[in-house]
Amino acid sequence: MFRPSLSQTELEAKALRIRRKIVEMIAAAKSGHPGGSLSAVEILVTLFYGVLRHDPSKPKWEDRDRFILSKGHAAPVLYSVLADCGYCDWNSLDTLRRLGSVYQGHPDVRFLPALEASTGSLGQGLSLAIGMALAARLDGRPSRAYVVLGDGEIQEGQIWEAAMFAGARGIDNLVAVVDYNRIQLDGFVADILDVEPLAEKWRAFNWHVLEVDGHSIPALQNAFAEAEATRGKPTVLVAHTVKGKGVSFMENNPKFHGTAPTLDEMQRALAELV
Amino acid sequence: MRRAFVQSLCRLAAQDPRIVLLTGDLGYLVMEPFQRQFPDRFFNAGVAEQNMIGLATGLAEAGFLPYTYSIATFAALRPFEFIRNGPVMHNLPVRMVGMGAGFEYGHAGPTHYGTEDVAVLRTLAGLTVVIPADPAQTTTAMLATSKLPGPVYYSLGKDDGAVLPELAGQFELGRIQIVREGRDLAIVTMGTLVREALAAADELAAHGVEACVAVVSNFNPDPVDDLADLLANHSQAITVEAQALSGGLAACVGTVIASHGLACRLKPLAVRTPPDGTSGSQQDRWRKHGLDRAGIVSSVLATARGACQ
Repeated sequence: MFRPSLSQTELEAKALRIRRKIVEMIAAAKSGHPGGSLSAVEILVTLFYGVLRHDPSKPKWEDRDRFILSKGHAAPVLYSVLADCGYCDWNSLDTLRRLGSVYQGHPDVRFLPALEASTGSLGQGLSLAIGMALAARLDGRPSRAYVVLGDGEIQEGQIWEAAMFAGARGIDNLVAVVDYNRIQLDGFVADILDVEPLAEKWRAFNWHVLEVDGHSIPALQNAFAEAEATRGKPTVLVAHTVKGKGVSFMENNPKFHGTAPTLDEMQRALAELV
Repeated sequence: MRRAFVQSLCRLAAQDPRIVLLTGDLGYLVMEPFQRQFPDRFFNAGVAEQNMIGLATGLAEAGFLPYTYSIATFAALRPFEFIRNGPVMHNLPVRMVGMGAGFEYGHAGPTHYGTEDVAVLRTLAGLTVVIPADPAQTTTAMLATSKLPGPVYYSLGKDDGAVLPELAGQFELGRIQIVREGRDLAIVTMGTLVREALAAADELAAHGVEACVAVVSNFNPDPVDDLADLLANHSQAITVEAQALSGGLAACVGTVIASHGLACRLKPLAVRTPPDGTSGSQQDRWRKHGLDRAGIVSSVLATARGACQ
């Protein structure tokens, strides 16, 4: 099993390495979604280095925890974390979105067996995660299911069908993380279709709700530990994040939801990410 | 075919502990035998079909063999995109059952009609679509497809009393069944309309027209070779289905005729008009759309007269 106990300094170094790679691979592809990848870096680094029970040498190990990136457009953060763990090749990450690359525009399990699901159409990953959590319960396995949702994504109705089911059935080997970066494709979530009051919504669906700074690795670690200790309810982390985190001109800028940096912008971003 | 479905499922589930059943709040008076026998493997997902297909996909990924059950239109159309991105794209063995296809929920009105489930789901390459014509064929088809590695959709009729002795429960993937021979014309049909086609063939015989009746019970793979063999020997064919004209049986048969360059003229009987707000029994709906025995007979005779003039 791969559950390394890294120091905060080591985890922060991982986060920085991942951030730089996200910018590089999207710039190389000349298309992609940097903002929502950069906002989710600490969430994925915390999960893959110390929370998830997984084994890069055995991607289909039966007792592994499941991770689903339901906001599939943030594929670059997932690809670079998987590559850093050793599931796939780090050096070819820059082939993102190219014909023949395993790094498809949205995660596709046919190309990367380390993935649990192909995602990209929003609103569908939570149901899948619940099915996997339910399967572990039926089988008496220790597996837990983790799913990362976008804040725009949860405007989809299927999310709330799934939330209602998991809450009503008390599926407690399930954790959802809302990457609450407050920006969706067309602009600010609050202007387009506000999801507030967000914590209360999940609470009303019978979830255990934790509000957390989504860029604080210790805060995320504590929240995931509390989720694991919670019985009788699924847990959701409302992770307050900054879209484009780490690159000044991308932060809180709706333009970088779905626009690749130019080569010049990439250089400026990399100069900041040190 | 509801009873045949539940009995077959219980039989399969007794042999395979990986089978679970999910329903979208439509199990009442149908699912109890399964629920009694396998209480831990029965889940009511509530009135939430998209999530139901999502749960089934997650369960299948983790090694289970989930069956989902709802009324045809809610089973197929409401979660369509997730059927595409879930069981089909992941090639997982999810079994989806749509009950009351065609006009079986006639009195419930057009919101409950299953007149597109087969036509729409047939567009998904990788999804086997099965349309049994009677309870015996339901059982055979369910057993024959239970071990397929990919997803299956079953479009089922409710009625367990409508038995077709001519069919003798036969089912084979990619094949058709001939339930009546006849050299003048081929009637190609499916599902609960097979009995109307057989009755129409009897009536046509009294008019001196000998009609063959062929039953199509599955798509993906389409029964291309069988249809090509059949239609190479007939100059006239008529398709009869309680489905939208686009995408369903007529589309399949027409493609076979055209792609094989067959000298066969096709007259498709299907649902061609949008719902007009009226509702009635299945028989009444068939009559309205010209799909019942009288509609088939008059359509054949009109075509024959046209051909003679």
